[in-house]
Amino acid sequence: MSTGSNLEKVLKSGAFAVAAECGPPRGADPEVIRKKGAFLKGYIDAVNITDNQTSTVRMSSFSASLILKEMGFDPVMQMVCRDRNRIAIQSDILGAAALGINNLLCLSGDHQSFGDHPSAKNVFDIDSIQLIQTVKMMRDEGKFISGEEVKGKPNLFIGCAENPFADPFEIRAMRLAKKAAAGAQFVQTQCVFNVEKFEKWMEMVRDLGVHEKMYILAGITPYKSIGMARYMKTSVPGMDVPDEHIERLKSVSKEKVAEEGVKICLEIIERVRAIKGVVGIHIMAIEWESIVAEIVTAAKLYPRP
Amino acid sequence: MIVANRKPFEEIMEMLKSYTKILLLGCKECVTVCSVGGTKEVEVLASEIRLARAKEGLPVEIKEYTLERQCDPEYAAEIKSFVNDYDVVMSMACGCGVQTVAEMYHNKYVVPGVNTTFFGSSEEQGVWKEMCQGCGNCVLDKTLGLCPVARCAKSLFNGPCGGSQPGGACEINKDIPCVWQLIVQKMKDMNMLDKYMEIQPMKNWSTSRDGGPRKRVREDLKI
Repeated sequence: MSTGSNLEKVLKSGAFAVAAECGPPRGADPEVIRKKGAFLKGYIDAVNITDNQTSTVRMSSFSASLILKEMGFDPVMQMVCRDRNRIAIQSDILGAAALGINNLLCLSGDHQSFGDHPSAKNVFDIDSIQLIQTVKMMRDEGKFISGEEVKGKPNLFIGCAENPFADPFEIRAMRLAKKAAAGAQFVQTQCVFNVEKFEKWMEMVRDLGVHEKMYILAGITPYKSIGMARYMKTSVPGMDVPDEHIERLKSVSKEKVAEEGVKICLEIIERVRAIKGVVGIHIMAIEWESIVAEIVTAAKLYPRP
Repeated sequence: MIVANRKPFEEIMEMLKSYTKILLLGCKECVTVCSVGGTKEVEVLASEIRLARAKEGLPVEIKEYTLERQCDPEYAAEIKSFVNDYDVVMSMACGCGVQTVAEMYHNKYVVPGVNTTFFGSSEEQGVWKEMCQGCGNCVLDKTLGLCPVARCAKSLFNGPCGGSQPGGACEINKDIPCVWQLIVQKMKDMNMLDKYMEIQPMKNWSTSRDGGPRKRVREDLKI
């Protein structure tokens, strides 16, 4: 059964998919999200809306998804297990489906100690794999976790994330296999900078046959500055930023750093496209949505289907 | 055992500031083992308070007393004959001890001298680590004896999150191992990695604190 998801349609057609991320603002002004959306319009198949990423309070993923949907986008609403128990999770799943959201990306969520409310209590009633199971069960079996009947099934295309780079590396492909078994239909990976390691991970993924069970989109992030690359390397958990990239950014004049960052990004896109089993990219241009069109065009992925 | 930390001295002095006669009450169980509220620590804190009060020129009278087990009403009854001679009781026991005394001596102001921190074990001399959360429904058989509930920052049941740091440290603290790294390593070493592929079901948290305060009754033991 298909959902109304454009992302699903593109992936099923066999075209190389392009999604991009859009971080909601730290305020109630919808124009911020519309402005970001305007940069992306026409260049992507689906837009991901983060759910209080890095545990910093932002406009809800749900609301920002609706604003982008009004603009004609196919939103991928992200949902983390950090802030909701199974009651709130199922309620939001029903609400999202009722308002025409077609894609849900299931995540555990960053720990609150990284964000602006480190003294908060976390929830983690269920984990990301159990969240995937929940969406699938509600959609396919029409059942809540309790076993009670869902009257009006939520028809959602189910996504997940995976970090190919974090330790223990040997189970990272198995973890994706678990997510596929739980019901995830597509994955958007953590930002790929270390392509060799990503290739190794993809090899393990293929050995398990996971690439035939789900659509794999490689996470792509352009470096905007040397500081940002260094920050990702040292302060963002689970990121694998090669020193070689930082050296390249340092080797050019200050005004050319962003350009070099895009160049590295395009090289990465070209390399991941050549990997068997990678069927799309997911661009996470952090607070740099304006660059997405240039990347998509330069990567010869424009126009979109 | 229950592991606790002594409260900062300033906080202790603030709690005691309106009182002259203080009963400082230790416990010979867990807080003695983790060196925070046994006879020795009671003695040390009493000396510190006396010194601070002397500096301020304020009088103080402290009785030091350490119970066999402060969370047991039978032992807590030992102070009955003299507890009313004091304005305040500062308990150096875990939260269970503080409350046993507070409930038993209804008209007595009982304050904590320590912060009760976790159920843990000793890693090496002077180092303790959290091991259990008392969730009431043990899953250690699924994870080769290492607990994802208490020892994973997100209580994940199906493997490590994407934030684990190189070498297998937890994303929130490089000095805390990612328990999933430990579980996976043990699975690997025991040739049981296929166990990792089992999807663990959602936990029933009703046996945990989420189900409300818990009580255990053993009819066979009641007198």
